[in-house]
Amino acid sequence: MQHGKYRFIAGFLVVPLAIYAVFVISPFVQAIYYSFTDWTGLSPDMKMVGFGNYVRLFQDDVFWAAVGNSVTLLLLLPVVTLSLGLFFAFMLNVGGRRRKKAVIGGVRGSAAYKILYFFPQVLSVPIVALLFQFAYNPESGALNAFFKAIGLDAVQPDWLGDPQLALWCVMGAMVWANVGFYVVLFSAGMSSIPKDFYEAALLDGADRLNTFFRITLPLLWDTVQTGWIYMGILALDVSAFAFVQIMSVGPGGPDYATEVLPLYVYQKTFRDGQAGYATAIGVSLLIVTLIFSAIVMRLGRRERLEF
Amino acid sequence: MSAQTDPAELTGVTTREPHGSSARQPRAGKRGGEGGVLNVFSHGVLVIWGLLVTMPLLWAVVSSFKDDSEIFGSPWGLPSALHFDNWVRAWDKANMGQYFLNSLIVVGGSLIGTMLLGSMAAYVLARFDFPGNRFLYFLFVGGMGFPVILALVPLFFVMKNMTLLDTYHGLILVYIAYSLPFTVFFLCGFFRTLPTSVAEAALIDGASHTRTFFQVMLPMAKPGLISVGIFNFLGQWNQYLLPTVLNVGDPDKKMLTQGLVALAVSQGYKGDWSGLFAGLTIAMLPVLAAYIIFQRQVVAGLTAGALK
Repeated sequence: MQHGKYRFIAGFLVVPLAIYAVFVISPFVQAIYYSFTDWTGLSPDMKMVGFGNYVRLFQDDVFWAAVGNSVTLLLLLPVVTLSLGLFFAFMLNVGGRRRKKAVIGGVRGSAAYKILYFFPQVLSVPIVALLFQFAYNPESGALNAFFKAIGLDAVQPDWLGDPQLALWCVMGAMVWANVGFYVVLFSAGMSSIPKDFYEAALLDGADRLNTFFRITLPLLWDTVQTGWIYMGILALDVSAFAFVQIMSVGPGGPDYATEVLPLYVYQKTFRDGQAGYATAIGVSLLIVTLIFSAIVMRLGRRERLEF
Repeated sequence: MSAQTDPAELTGVTTREPHGSSARQPRAGKRGGEGGVLNVFSHGVLVIWGLLVTMPLLWAVVSSFKDDSEIFGSPWGLPSALHFDNWVRAWDKANMGQYFLNSLIVVGGSLIGTMLLGSMAAYVLARFDFPGNRFLYFLFVGGMGFPVILALVPLFFVMKNMTLLDTYHGLILVYIAYSLPFTVFFLCGFFRTLPTSVAEAALIDGASHTRTFFQVMLPMAKPGLISVGIFNFLGQWNQYLLPTVLNVGDPDKKMLTQGLVALAVSQGYKGDWSGLFAGLTIAMLPVLAAYIIFQRQVVAGLTAGALK
């Protein structure tokens, strides 16, 4: 029986583990090794350069531009997206006209709003990025056409072509793509908070803003924290890469205004043939990710409330 | 051996409606006016965001029926005639049909692989005690928090050496590998919640571990499998980074996401904006239609991970 059990365990684990080891674990480990070499990626020759790549990072202006933009996205994108998500979810759940029995209630048609808001979540990043690229187009885009239509002929920004605006334009598209998911997520969380809590608070004279900060937010905190980490990783990694790569004017935007770390890793490897240096950039991205996760976890250490 | 106990209630991921009625009577009568003002305000902001979400999508669909001069001349206007030829051009000449098929092949293979291998690994890790269990669990789950781009540089060369670049089966393997962390994490949690007695009864009746898994445990885990299956389907269908790095050699083998971006670049040169909008709409509508049909399941599947 015991013998059979271990054979079964090994049999079930061997294929998934092998695939995972070959395509995920081993590349990660190799990447850290390569970051200490001068590997080009074009030929198999390489030699160890110690911390040479990391020293070079300190003098690389584009790298620091990418760090600045990635960190800006990391700090703002989760806060903006989650705040909007919480705001709309709260409106959906307590904005209703008072009914006979309940002190608070959802707005009419909240199910329809949620279906609509979730649309961007099922679309791929290229679809969203291209849609916004058209909207931002200075000559024929929807935004500038709208400004013209309401008489603001003088306000015709270059949007993605303007170094001052480009990163905000990309962030706008990312917020648009993600808010709906959090409205639905937080709304599900809010509807499971017992109505008595609100009832008691309102009877004690609290207004609705108070109930949000004193009841809703603390009780949702676990979900908010999960969302925060998720949005942070999204701002640093795959999603930021795709948005910037597709939307930006030229590589990394005007004057590197939208250069972000994952895109720089990609460019250094596949455009410049500096795979060793690229992995060093990748390792610094890993460090930023780990610091961020650690901070959010620490911020979130509070008592769990069971209800 | 029957598996009638369908533990749908165990998912805990159903989104409840907020109209739960409270038993007690409220007595805050003097606040009567506040609710009305708030109600108008709520609907106001909710409608504004609703418009912000739908306008770009509608705009793309409407533009896909226009000709190029209309797209430039009146971006907000309605098309003078319905130019279905844009759609035909995008589907045939711009290869959107081919890209659609490519995505179907790869995602079909990778989804089956992910579900099978992910549930096997998760089951063993969730239900069996053996040395190294915890280590393997964290090895799988740890993959969720690392920047994928870092692994992609060496991965490109690993794939190149194994001659897996620009192949369907290569992409399928990579999609499976990068979907395993979340799948194992989610299904492990799910298998732990299932009762042990049914599996024990099956074993006593003489079923092997393998048979118990496929004929007893998997049917019981159906709600969890559906959630994570939808999550993986959308993630893999919308995957952009992996094919952008690992599938660039053969233009005919592009995934739909890649093809769309390539289309944007090439049609931009040709000035065929109407064809591009048609391509965008072709890529967008099937997913939106599927979402509207399976709305409840999709929402449950995508929010499942974050609610746990």
